[in-house]
Amino acid sequence: MYALKRFHRAVVAIVLGASLTAPAMASDRELLNSSYDIARELFSAINPEFQEWWQAEHGESIAVQQSHGGSSAQARSILQGLRADVVTYNQVTDVQVLADAGLVDEDWQEQFDNNASPYYSTTAFLVREGNPKGIENWDDLARDDVSLVFPNPKTSGNARYTYLAAWGFAEEAFDGDEEQVHDFMRTFLRNVAVFDTGGRGATTSFIERGIGDVLISFESEVNNIRGEYGEDDYEVIVPPISILAEFPVAVVQTNAERNGNDDLARGYLDYLYTEEGQRLLAGFNYRVHHEAVVEEFADQFPETELMRVEDIVGSWEEAMDAHFSGGALLDQLQRR
Amino acid sequence: MSTRSLSIGIGSTPKRVLPGFGLSLGISLTFVSLVLLLPLTGLVGQLADLSLAQYWAIISDGRVVASYIVTIGAAAVAAIVNAAFGLLLAWVLVRYEFPGKRLLDALMDLPFALPTAVAGITLATLYSSNGWMGRLLEPLGLQVAYTWVGIALAMAFTSIPFVVRTVQPVLEDMPVEVDEAALTLGASDGTAFRRVILPHLWPALVTGTGLAFVRSLGEFGAIIFIAGNMPYETEITSLMIFVRLQEYDYAGASAIASVILFVSLALLLAINIWQGRFIKRLHGGRG
Repeated sequence: MYALKRFHRAVVAIVLGASLTAPAMASDRELLNSSYDIARELFSAINPEFQEWWQAEHGESIAVQQSHGGSSAQARSILQGLRADVVTYNQVTDVQVLADAGLVDEDWQEQFDNNASPYYSTTAFLVREGNPKGIENWDDLARDDVSLVFPNPKTSGNARYTYLAAWGFAEEAFDGDEEQVHDFMRTFLRNVAVFDTGGRGATTSFIERGIGDVLISFESEVNNIRGEYGEDDYEVIVPPISILAEFPVAVVQTNAERNGNDDLARGYLDYLYTEEGQRLLAGFNYRVHHEAVVEEFADQFPETELMRVEDIVGSWEEAMDAHFSGGALLDQLQRR
Repeated sequence: MSTRSLSIGIGSTPKRVLPGFGLSLGISLTFVSLVLLLPLTGLVGQLADLSLAQYWAIISDGRVVASYIVTIGAAAVAAIVNAAFGLLLAWVLVRYEFPGKRLLDALMDLPFALPTAVAGITLATLYSSNGWMGRLLEPLGLQVAYTWVGIALAMAFTSIPFVVRTVQPVLEDMPVEVDEAALTLGASDGTAFRRVILPHLWPALVTGTGLAFVRSLGEFGAIIFIAGNMPYETEITSLMIFVRLQEYDYAGASAIASVILFVSLALLLAINIWQGRFIKRLHGGRG
């Protein structure tokens, strides 16, 4: 149902977008946005608005194409020749891969505000009606009577945030005592009922199959799920401490220049920072930076302490090396 | 030209439909090289990045070994179940006339045609504790989804056509008169099946079962949604390969894949050799 409704909404948005730009389609410039899987609906809503904005600002009618998939797979297809002009991902590492290959400017994180992350989110919990297990914080997730659903950190960026958030919590709770942190993480990981390969799979396990007491995902995603599946059947819990999940954007310089879309690509990403763009993003339950919009949506986003990945493990690169690569900490913690 | 082709036609070698042995073999070999050997060479090429010690460390990792056991165990169960029911299905399809026979026959190919992910999602929906089947089985203490039983079930689903489609033509070639002759010569039903029918079907049945087993070893899409993917318990080897690929660790993925490849090749080769001997023995002496 969820997917279907979303699909309908997307179709409506696409048709709307297409009809707006149809008259001058033939000679219109086309921008290709390569994005992560669950942003399909978000950008279907943003693109037609951007087209109108660009028309108003520059008097030029343009078209925006979207491509969605797992963020790493998307980056790989650009490396292999997909001519995307801009990327809007949920993993800093996936943009960095493109920068390392010379397709994106080395200083891409300085080219746009807030580390080139126009919006952000955090990791939150979705629990069943009335929160029967009394889940409030990360330590509740390591209790014996609680069973969890989140995807495999080996295959899902979303789950890597979950893992690092739990790690950051444990480091703070146990004052960095390595043994205690490892014990906590071992119990936390053992409480997982099903390891799906991606975020949407985990949602299906939790909602459709009724598995687990807590679904862990991005705050934006759990809010959207609750909105789709029933405000009364599920509750969103934002823990008092969690992780900052950035959604980095960048111009794929080489492609944009070759496509003659340099200004358009920059304009597209700039639009995400405008009040209008930020309001659209907040409507999809993403946290934003624009002050007026932040105030407007204040009750939607409970205050919480957000740890940075850099503060927990130094950098994404170190996180991959020390935690997620073959034989590293994650593998060790799951060993029997 | 005409005399030459005529001489072939009436000569000792029978006339072939396709032109020139050289040309057709050449095309076959090129095709096999492109679709089969090239990727296999690529796989071996990836392995060249590894030292023998690294290779061994990857394929003997505890978690990967646990996945072999889960995969091979579930595939064996699925293959044996398919051997029994596939034989029965082929028998029913060949020896009886009943309404809906064509439909059942066509249904047999469905697992080949259906995207395996669809099969996996459907099975998981049915057998999870709130699904139609799961709701009935759970009170009996039988958990299917997210256990190795679910893995075996998904494997059985995707590989049943192999048994049916290999046994069926052999059974079709065997006239009903053969059973009747056995019965008139005084064999009981059981004896006729065991001593007369089964020996004829045996090579096809073993090949079909072997193919079903090998197919199950490599299955990913159908299983991943019903397996639960818990480390050491319900992780299949294909997932281990997938995880390595996600990490851009192509050599590691190839190393694990080579184990599955080796098991598959060894099994298929063994079946072929055994089959050759079996058929020789069956027709031996008199043939």
